[in-house]
Amino acid sequence: MEKAVLERETHGGHHPHVDVGVDGMKFGMWLFLITELLLFGGLFTVYAAFHSLYLADFKAAHHYINVNIGFVNTLVLITSSFFMAMAVWATQTDRKRLASIFLGLVVLLGLAFLFVKFTFEWPEKFAHGLHPGGKEFMHFVQEGHVGKALFFSLYFTMTGLHALHVIVGVGILAVMLFFALKGRYSSRNYGPVEVAGLYWHLVDVIWIYLFPLFYLIK
Amino acid sequence: MIEATKVEKGEARPYETYLDKKGLMSWLFTLDHKRIGLMYLTISMIFFLVGGLFALIFRTELMFPGKQFLSPYAHNVLFTLHGALLIFMVIIPMIPAGFGNFFLPIMVGAKDVAFPRLNLMSVWLFAIGGILLLLSLLFGPIDTGWTFYTPYSASKGLNVFIVSLAVFILGMSSILTGLNFIVTTHKLRAKGMTWGRLPLFVWALYATSIVQLIATPVLGITLLLLGLENILKIGFFDPRLGGDPVLFQHLFWFYSHPAVYLMILPAFGVVSEVVSIHSRKHIFGYWFIAASSLAIALIGFIVWGHHMFTAGMSPTADILFSFLTFFVAVPTAVKIFNWVATMYKGKIRFTAPMLYIFAFLFIFLVGGLTGLFLASVGTDIHLHDTYFVVAHFHFTMVGAAVFAIFAAFFHWLPKMFGKMYNEKWAKIGWFLNFVGFNLTFIPQFIMGSMGMPRRYWDYPVEFWPYHFVSTIGAFMIATGVLISVGVILHAILKGKKAPDNPWGGMSLEWQTPSPPPTENFLKEPVVTHGPYDFGKKEGH
Repeated sequence: MEKAVLERETHGGHHPHVDVGVDGMKFGMWLFLITELLLFGGLFTVYAAFHSLYLADFKAAHHYINVNIGFVNTLVLITSSFFMAMAVWATQTDRKRLASIFLGLVVLLGLAFLFVKFTFEWPEKFAHGLHPGGKEFMHFVQEGHVGKALFFSLYFTMTGLHALHVIVGVGILAVMLFFALKGRYSSRNYGPVEVAGLYWHLVDVIWIYLFPLFYLIK
Repeated sequence: MIEATKVEKGEARPYETYLDKKGLMSWLFTLDHKRIGLMYLTISMIFFLVGGLFALIFRTELMFPGKQFLSPYAHNVLFTLHGALLIFMVIIPMIPAGFGNFFLPIMVGAKDVAFPRLNLMSVWLFAIGGILLLLSLLFGPIDTGWTFYTPYSASKGLNVFIVSLAVFILGMSSILTGLNFIVTTHKLRAKGMTWGRLPLFVWALYATSIVQLIATPVLGITLLLLGLENILKIGFFDPRLGGDPVLFQHLFWFYSHPAVYLMILPAFGVVSEVVSIHSRKHIFGYWFIAASSLAIALIGFIVWGHHMFTAGMSPTADILFSFLTFFVAVPTAVKIFNWVATMYKGKIRFTAPMLYIFAFLFIFLVGGLTGLFLASVGTDIHLHDTYFVVAHFHFTMVGAAVFAIFAAFFHWLPKMFGKMYNEKWAKIGWFLNFVGFNLTFIPQFIMGSMGMPRRYWDYPVEFWPYHFVSTIGAFMIATGVLISVGVILHAILKGKKAPDNPWGGMSLEWQTPSPPPTENFLKEPVVTHGPYDFGKKEGH
């Protein structure tokens, strides 16, 4: 891999040119990913607290969750992460056409994930009134099964925040794709693709934890 | 070191300074860290005056028992806004995002921060957050206190949602600044700028940035949940839906206690700079001060439970948090000893910034030691939620952080604008601030220990003398602050020309002309000595 070089010369123009190189960009992104982990960390803490308080309710609430849909989406995201890694590799080795194809596949798979979630999974839950304030949700509360209600509050908050990250990621990667098609990225300038990839992998990793917590544990 | 360019009166500067470009757009879309720092300072200063005014209004209400002119609701709104505005818009960002942005790149010998565009984005987010905080007033001003304790705050509606969103955005701004500082410190140091030659202000900002990165996201998610709680009723903090209000306190203080160090660590950095330069002596225990900043940042993460001794935690947790809180006092004490040792046998100059540091040392010592009263579980049960706590955190956050802000202003003003302030009036302002501060908050220690609860709109007549004196003190502070701000503005607009290095500093910011060139240095700096080597080589 090319060693990043720190450029300190002035490139004219009204502002001094600061370049921290690929290493600097990656460093910055890793720091940002730490903040993302802590953002989700707060939610995982809430999950842990209520899981231990209302164990029986949480187990019962799992039966309302559609494992198959979750499994399909897990496959979609993992595959997209693979293509993301390939896109970084293709950019670093100057396979520009291939890099654009891989980036395009990542964007498509990200959209597929959102499509599955927002046209099949969530509407089904809404139809059953499982969302906060919904009919079944309030029924849980009146029955005294507050844990079931909290489970669905957590389900919507955590998968919702994750979906928001997927939306942001798809947006960033679409921009990358646009510039890749214009030929901006190469073995000399692959930093943006690589750090976008780091972000995309994190979104994937968080899903890898959400999947068992909401879909698998019974 | 670079030769500083001497400019005679009336002669045009032979270089372009960062202030030369005119026009609003040249500020709003600037990538220059110095301009971004100034924008932070300006916004914060406006909020500082507004937040201070709110305190003055409710202090006047409290001057006598019974109702004067404010309803209880108005009183609650005012102390909430006073806290929220001053904490999120002033004390947290002012030194790191204001002075830090301006000086960190210069001090490490860089042309700018690592990610200038991200830096511009963070000041924009900061402004948007501030505007949202003010806009929330249109939806019914919140009266929850700046701590937003649930379940009360969970059932307010849109106004709490907007405030949560505002603080979330301010948090993002704070995170991006911290990220930028860490990468800048690692990647953009000039030739010869080893870690051991970094000014202690940079070390303090580095430690602050770590806290910003690790703590702020947790506040972000907590307030996001609080906001959702208000508009969607998700129930995490609402007992009626099975939620747990104490869970909110845990999440909130996991950020908000480290946030105390966000406020004080940069201030410590300012003290280290000013003490050494104005005593003309090498800082005592450089590595101890640098390492204690990191130690405070790290230990600060595991003490949050001391805000919750009366909230019903287990006795084991109480004792653990109590012990850890005592423990965090150790690195803080290390710093105080080192500063005092730095002054010992130094050639101390009684300049305005140095006077603020003397005040800082006295006030922070009292603030720190009264913190130990609150760290012991037994004493805390008695003092919890009384004016004793109010006085304690004003001693640490206001007395220390705000005094450090003024010290930083007077210390660096000649560098930032190339202008000198009026020493006499700066000292008059200092005197009023210092005396007024003690007059305001020492009575609050006394009435707090006698049982006067905080955030009360009315009180029995036995507390009257203390409230009365406290309000007089508040007016003294107001006068002092107005004078000090006036001195700063006067210096910027009409001040006498300042030499490039009025204090004889050895760190890089004093080796470049004032005001600094757009690219910070005329020639690329090469560092050959530490920032406090006064004995070995004199500055220009």
